[in-house]
Amino acid sequence: MDIFLLEAVVNGILLGGVLALLALGLNLIFGVIDVVWIAYAELVMCGMYAIYWLYAVHGVPLFLAAPMAIVFVAILGMLVHKLIISPILGSAPINQLLATGGLLFFLQSFATLLFGADFRNIGLRLPIIEIGDLFISFARLMAFSVALLGMVVLWLFLKRTYVGTAIRAIAQDREIMVLMGVDPKRVYLITSALGGGLAGLASALLVLQYDVHPFIGLSFGPITFMICVLGGLGSMIGGFVAAFIMSQIISVGGFYTSIELSYVLAFLLFIVMIFVRPQGLFGVKS
Amino acid sequence: MLEVSGLEAGYGSFRALHDVSLTVAAGEAVAVVGPNGAGKTTLMRTVSGLLGRRAGRIVFEGTDLATVPPHRIVELGIAHVPENRRLFPRLTVEENLKMGAFSPAARPHFAERLEWVYSLFPRMRERRAQVAGTMSGGEQQMCAIGRALMSKPKLLLMDEPSAGLAPVIVDQVFDLVRRIRQEGFTVLIVEQNVRQVLELVDRAYVLEVGTIGKSGTAAELKSDPAIREAYLGI
Repeated sequence: MDIFLLEAVVNGILLGGVLALLALGLNLIFGVIDVVWIAYAELVMCGMYAIYWLYAVHGVPLFLAAPMAIVFVAILGMLVHKLIISPILGSAPINQLLATGGLLFFLQSFATLLFGADFRNIGLRLPIIEIGDLFISFARLMAFSVALLGMVVLWLFLKRTYVGTAIRAIAQDREIMVLMGVDPKRVYLITSALGGGLAGLASALLVLQYDVHPFIGLSFGPITFMICVLGGLGSMIGGFVAAFIMSQIISVGGFYTSIELSYVLAFLLFIVMIFVRPQGLFGVKS
Repeated sequence: MLEVSGLEAGYGSFRALHDVSLTVAAGEAVAVVGPNGAGKTTLMRTVSGLLGRRAGRIVFEGTDLATVPPHRIVELGIAHVPENRRLFPRLTVEENLKMGAFSPAARPHFAERLEWVYSLFPRMRERRAQVAGTMSGGEQQMCAIGRALMSKPKLLLMDEPSAGLAPVIVDQVFDLVRRIRQEGFTVLIVEQNVRQVLELVDRAYVLEVGTIGKSGTAAELKSDPAIREAYLGI
């Protein structure tokens, strides 16, 4: 195989890891709380600024700044639920979309106010690894590995613990959770913290590869939604698979055409899929 | 053990129950029978906290359930096997049983109770790793009862355990209920299958359009001419 094509495939896989992580967070929240956080990628932006601020401005070591950012975004997630979602949980989905959409603009504007519209970089140069003729960015490799690790930890949490089992159960039968002794409000809050934490983890991985600016969320938000819908909203397996399909289209498609055109291809596939299989790859027909 | 007095409940502008009073003593099995739409399920849902009450009191072992958040009621010792079983269809049998032991008081006893439920229902042990939604109706009912037993309740509420099952399976389900009784559980059961349920309870109430009509021991009701005509088809 052509070495550049191979490189594109490898890069696609590496990109898929972080996208899968983001899709997982969004799917988790949608599955449990039945709300789409439009501003999800903006939480990633907040985490990236947090790391930039801690590491590049205040000199906090990265291995401390990253966990702090994860906790910060997890708390943000809980605040989003408490302040925005919880009061309108019973209202029409369109209101919930508008409210989290409003949050998107709020966060973008707030970040602009605090940091200006400039592109910021944490100024860390990570090495490029050479395997034979193949060049792989260490930052991407690490992002992929850590994202995968994060997903495994989350899976174990969902599979092994009582709260994790409740999180999976609540998506299947909301009403009778009370009979099990589960307080749904508490599960929602924990899920929001988890969703925030995943966005925080993603931010720590992305800040190594990308400059942060108030509109960075737009680079990941739309593609994350497409992945979730393509996989079947709420389906975690679906989101995982769709993330790698999308990342391959972007990476390999970009190799054969151009990076701009690759996004066009990804969106085209998405539109076709919506017509052919509206419930998504792993979605359940409603 | 359970005292319901002057209970009123409903959905929206619909009043499903009014002035319902009944008692269940420790160790008893009590049935609530009556036609479709009489409010039997509403009664069960109100007792277990799924539905708020509009008026009246529900007292369980001296605790007014109005003072307890709905998700804490199971900790007091009331478990509810809901209508249509309501298993978590994509969780395995064992995960469903685990959800039954969610409350903090039950968690430390999970392993021993799981063993106990498996000894009561050996079929569930065979199916432990199977996804609950793929089992037969009778097996799902077993799993739903097992899930309720995982909290080691003092009072077991059962809502139409025989509904939607083939006649052969219905007999099996009633055998299950009989075994639950023999284990010493206090049972409040709602059934449409009046003939069979009167064979296994001590007392019964007849719920007619939202309020209690007749009540008495199972033997009294079985020999009551009106009941015989309306429910036993004699």
